[in-house]
Amino acid sequence: MDRVTSAEVEIPLLDIPAGKFGMWVFLVSEIMFFTGLIGSYIVLRLGASSWPKPGEILNTPLLGLNTLVLLSSSLTMALALQAIQQGRQAALKRYLLLTAALGVTFLFIKGCDYVHMWHKGFTISSSLFGSCYYLLTGFHGLHVLSGVILLVCLWAAASRGVFSAAQYGRIEYSGLYWHFIDIVWVILFAILCLV
Amino acid sequence: MSEQRTSFIRKYIFSTSHKVIAIQYLITGLVFLAMGGVMALLIRWQLAYPWQPVPLIGKLLFPGSGGAVTPEAYPVLFTMHGGIMVFFALTPILLGAMGNYTIPLEVGARDMAFPRLNMLSYWFLFLGSVLLIASFFVPEGAAGFGWTVYAPLSSSTAVLPGWGQDLFILGLALDAVSILMGGLNYITTIMQLRAPGLTLRRLPLTLWGLFYSAVLNTLWLPIVVAALFMVLCDRRLGTAFFVAGPLAPHEGGQVLLYQHLFWGFGHPEVYILIFPVWGLVGDLLSVFSRKPAFGYKATVLSMLVITILSGIVWGHHMFTSGMNPLVGKAFMFLTITVSVPTAIFFLNWLGTLWRGAIRLTVPMLFTLGVVFVFAIGGLTGLFNALQTFDVYIHDTYFVVGHFHYTLAASVLFGAFAFIYFWFPKIFGRQMNARLGRLHFWLSFVFLNAVFSVMMFLGLHGHMRRIADATAYEFLKPVQHWNVFIGWAALGLGLSQLLFFINFLYSLFKGAPAPANPWEAGSLAWTVSSPPPEHNYETPPRVWCGPHEYGVPSLTNGDWLSQTDPQAAKLARS
Repeated sequence: MDRVTSAEVEIPLLDIPAGKFGMWVFLVSEIMFFTGLIGSYIVLRLGASSWPKPGEILNTPLLGLNTLVLLSSSLTMALALQAIQQGRQAALKRYLLLTAALGVTFLFIKGCDYVHMWHKGFTISSSLFGSCYYLLTGFHGLHVLSGVILLVCLWAAASRGVFSAAQYGRIEYSGLYWHFIDIVWVILFAILCLV
Repeated sequence: MSEQRTSFIRKYIFSTSHKVIAIQYLITGLVFLAMGGVMALLIRWQLAYPWQPVPLIGKLLFPGSGGAVTPEAYPVLFTMHGGIMVFFALTPILLGAMGNYTIPLEVGARDMAFPRLNMLSYWFLFLGSVLLIASFFVPEGAAGFGWTVYAPLSSSTAVLPGWGQDLFILGLALDAVSILMGGLNYITTIMQLRAPGLTLRRLPLTLWGLFYSAVLNTLWLPIVVAALFMVLCDRRLGTAFFVAGPLAPHEGGQVLLYQHLFWGFGHPEVYILIFPVWGLVGDLLSVFSRKPAFGYKATVLSMLVITILSGIVWGHHMFTSGMNPLVGKAFMFLTITVSVPTAIFFLNWLGTLWRGAIRLTVPMLFTLGVVFVFAIGGLTGLFNALQTFDVYIHDTYFVVGHFHYTLAASVLFGAFAFIYFWFPKIFGRQMNARLGRLHFWLSFVFLNAVFSVMMFLGLHGHMRRIADATAYEFLKPVQHWNVFIGWAALGLGLSQLLFFINFLYSLFKGAPAPANPWEAGSLAWTVSSPPPEHNYETPPRVWCGPHEYGVPSLTNGDWLSQTDPQAAKLARS
């Protein structure tokens, strides 16, 4: 009779809410998406006969500034989570708005950089490096944009008083996404501008 | 009045219920299955009687040529046949319909973990199919670069300038996003929403199959999405990721990179489609042999090993692409390693059947059909895996035959096993068994006739993707086999009419189905057919695995439902 065993009380595989679990699964597929893009970049670059040196084309100081902007937005996002965990509604709204504003700043600087580069003749079709640059940063920019929209939605929900010290799941999971975008940018900055 | 209409739309169109979404997937998949099937028949007609007018529908489809398939239409036919069958027919039926319907019921949940995401998943597929269908109606027609979208044929507008190509790529990308959303739901629901007592060791094998399949999707689909976007950039934005040489605006990128990216996903894709079928076969063999699934744990583990291996064998699709033979050897070794876990669960299937009290119902027939055709498909896979032999059969009908044995035959039979088995639960009515048996035997005979002959043609050197074999002197002596396949394919196509008639008839006129017509032990069969809106009022309590058939110590009946408290008592005694 060993086939039939007594019932054990089942707990979920990981003792976390389904939303958080789902966000991690989503992030895994996001990581694989950027793995496809960054992996292609590495293969294309290694196979190319020549490649511009760091700083030769790209405006490294400006993109470095942008890195700082995005890194500080991760900080404000973490502060937003901490605020609601302590039940401080007003601080939550403030930090969410600040994070979104930093995201918009990033996109604005990015846009200026695009326009400037394009006018200098560095376009998506001018060279393989140009194609890779606009492809990688373009997809990253789209992720930042959707992150900003997400933050504005969260801010609107926070204004309706949806979140509390007992209920802040969506802030936490969205934070995971925002930090992910941040990490991707750090990697992109390193492989596009520094090496 | 308007309120009522809103509720109708909410309930049947923009529904978040996993059961309604599953039916939407099922119907979408069946429509595309019919469409892809007609395309296959057009391909076979052209090969059997090159450049002859197609009877009946020819004038309608190819008015410019008096009803004959044109040289421009032929690549479109095989491209769209492949793309539609893989991404818009089999994926929606096996992942969309089977995943959505079975997972919440079998884990004892009220719905998926994220119902709104689930709805969105279907509508992304719908949008993708609209683009796919629209691609037929733009100037220069639908995509013609093969379902693999190989560069540089796909990535250069100098060769195929039409917008139909771009619509096809966008349609695939949307479908991929839809599958990713679904996969996210499947993984989360199976892992996090199981009923009390339903440990991982008590999951039905179908759910294990769907789980592994969703894991592979989550990992590898994003790669091909990235590659497809790069192809689109190459086509429309003037980049040259996958173009080199005179076609490129500058030095250009690497053509072969596309193949790596595509097969990085493309090889797992065959497992993505076949895993749910393997799982289903494991469960159904157990139900209809009235025996526990033999080697349950070994089956689950061997599928896990295949999940891991499938991600590192893509190079065997590229033996002839000029790769270093030593690298090819590594890929060959890894590929052959896959046969070890495959053999384990295959023997487990036979072990389940061994000395069982077999009930030859229609779903069981299709399950046995899967076992048979998968054996052939799997064994011929070994031929392809051998680097040396692959050089000989590369780009021939041997590959086409092998591929169709594993995907078209095994997965299609798996899809039919799913529909025949779950139809009573989904629609609350029984399907006609006599028509079902006829459907099986005709399909079985014709299917083997079509695909086994393809392999012999391949060994003769018959190339794939050629529109007219009679143009080649060495293929003239075997042309009559193309005629044979043509007629067998027509027979296969016509026998599917039996299925569609049975499906529609049973939908409205079938005998009402009891809650558990198959005496199956898993959770889904403890609720009424069709299940109530939220499946379970309270989470069911699970006491044993899903395969407790042929339990000798029982006095009433010979099997236990997973919710049967007797299991707990028996365990204690």
